[in-house]
Amino acid sequence: MAIGAALALAPRLRLALRDPAAETEALLGVAGWAAQFTPSVAIEFPDCVLLEVSGSLKLFGGLESLLERLRRGLAEMGWSAMSAGAPTPRAAFWLVLAEKQKFIGPMAELEPALAALSVEVLCCGNETLAALEAIGVRTLGELRALPREGVARRFGQGLLDEFDRALGRLPDPRNFFISPPQFRAAIELPSEVAQAEALLFAARRLIVQLAGFLAARSGGVQRIVLRLGHRDKAATEIAIGLVAPSRDAEHFTLLLRERLSNLTLAKPVREISLRADDVVPLADRNLGLLLEQGKPPGRWEQLIERLRARLGTDTVCGIANRAEHRPERAGVISDLGAKQLQLDFGERPFWLLDRPKPLAEVGAVPNHEGPLELLAGPERIESGWWDGDDVTRDYFIARMQNEALVWIYRERREGRWYLHGVFA
Amino acid sequence: MAGMPFSFAALLDRPDIWRGDSLNRASTPTIPCGFPELDAQLPGGGWPAGALTEILPAHEGIGELRLLGPALAGLSRRGLRLAWIAPPHLPYAPALAAAGIDIARLVIVRTASAKETLWATEQSLASNACGAVLAWPQGAKYAELKRLQIAAEGSRAPAFLFRFPEVASESSPAALRIVLSTVRGGLAVRVIKRRGAPLAHPVLLSAMPPAVRGKNHHVDRHPAAAAAARDFPARLVHV
Repeated sequence: MAIGAALALAPRLRLALRDPAAETEALLGVAGWAAQFTPSVAIEFPDCVLLEVSGSLKLFGGLESLLERLRRGLAEMGWSAMSAGAPTPRAAFWLVLAEKQKFIGPMAELEPALAALSVEVLCCGNETLAALEAIGVRTLGELRALPREGVARRFGQGLLDEFDRALGRLPDPRNFFISPPQFRAAIELPSEVAQAEALLFAARRLIVQLAGFLAARSGGVQRIVLRLGHRDKAATEIAIGLVAPSRDAEHFTLLLRERLSNLTLAKPVREISLRADDVVPLADRNLGLLLEQGKPPGRWEQLIERLRARLGTDTVCGIANRAEHRPERAGVISDLGAKQLQLDFGERPFWLLDRPKPLAEVGAVPNHEGPLELLAGPERIESGWWDGDDVTRDYFIARMQNEALVWIYRERREGRWYLHGVFA
Repeated sequence: MAGMPFSFAALLDRPDIWRGDSLNRASTPTIPCGFPELDAQLPGGGWPAGALTEILPAHEGIGELRLLGPALAGLSRRGLRLAWIAPPHLPYAPALAAAGIDIARLVIVRTASAKETLWATEQSLASNACGAVLAWPQGAKYAELKRLQIAAEGSRAPAFLFRFPEVASESSPAALRIVLSTVRGGLAVRVIKRRGAPLAHPVLLSAMPPAVRGKNHHVDRHPAAAAAARDFPARLVHV
């Protein structure tokens, strides 16, 4: 249809130039995603992906459920697809070309099914098609009814060979698709998007593709980078780090949602791309034989990532003990899961104040909301003269008037009292 | 429900139904709290898993964390994470390690607002990824606590909320509510709400740090100790 005619029918039609490079990229993306269903994926350019699934049917619970997963995944990535199946790759390809949503199991049913297809599915020039039409051959069945020698002489052996490959009489080897070591995918948005949260919808397509790519490699990633491309400004990059490798699309989406909801965009976004470089092996989790009661235990790594995505990376941390006599250095904030040292200190409080609090002294007795009663001590701590942060303190366990137990010390040089901890 | 045999006993067996005149049987899992006197008074014999426990200490520092020490130590040694959400001070690693808690299992979450605290607590409970969740929410309302209680349900973790004693008179969806106060030499645990008959008398525990145990009547000690601080090097730590 000419552009003028199309516009006359639908005045609000939006026209776009066909972009073969983008199509190829998309096809490779789909192939990489589909590799999670079978290791044998072949590409029939420009728009077809062939999957050898007979070995995967049992794992995925039969053809119907496998097809359902394919359809759902493709839809989540924003594609619509025609699918067909046959015992040979060429026959399946022909069925799709003829737009027949058919799945042929046994070899015996193949020939009658192909006989009804138009000769247009053959990969030959327009001249041949015109010649076939001139002699009244419209379907593959009619072509097949002609004497072989005559067809070979008139149209070449290639046409017959193609037919024999479709019927499985000649071998039809394919180069299987090998997915790249790193993941890269991009989407150009149909219109510029200014709201960060609206990007999630588009990013979700890339995430589904990433999850399939990772499943195909039995791998996971610890870091993904979402890049937001603007018209004339440097791109915004959002890097999401994970505590442990993952390939869970829902989890990635959740993390991205938290990050995007905190983001204010300086410029509208034209395209987004997703990148994951280091794919590490990740084993699937085995399900228990018996169903466990209650909620299944969650993965703490995912919890940490959610908290960090929303509250900031620094807000979630662990604590560690150190071989140090100065109390403020013996117990510190650290990375998560820092190894615990086997150390023996004296009696220490559960809470340490961020900064020692000066206490008043009334009649040689330290006061904190009333006079303190010293229960144990002193424990003298003198340390740190070498780094200029030395302490000379006598620590006591003291009881407050309200019976709370606190850890206080007397700075020996200046003779002042400080509150340093609460026993709780 | 036509034709279904109806049994009153079966109805009473439901874990979400408890009878006012008796302690609930162990229909919900619990974590022993490590103090036999207290375990005996808690439904199921310990801290309820998958439910809120409110701890209302009369003052900070009277033993509210020591009360949880044995339970937290046990959970951490089983490799479970302990989430501490918005603690009022730095949890001091040497003391926690001395209490037998594997500090590598601690996850400290620092928040900037009361809303963030509630959100982080809800996430931690709903994820069911922690062995225990300890949170210090500020001024939480009933509806917010209800959200937390729902998030906690079905998880394996006990959830401890530390709140001010003033809220003891407010109603709360928590399964267990405990007011802590001190009596000379120990901790008085008053259970103001549990699933079952109310508890009339507080449970007395001696949850004192070892170094001060047995020093409760030495009222006359402090001038001497103060003098010691000035004059003699008692337990010299010098490097």
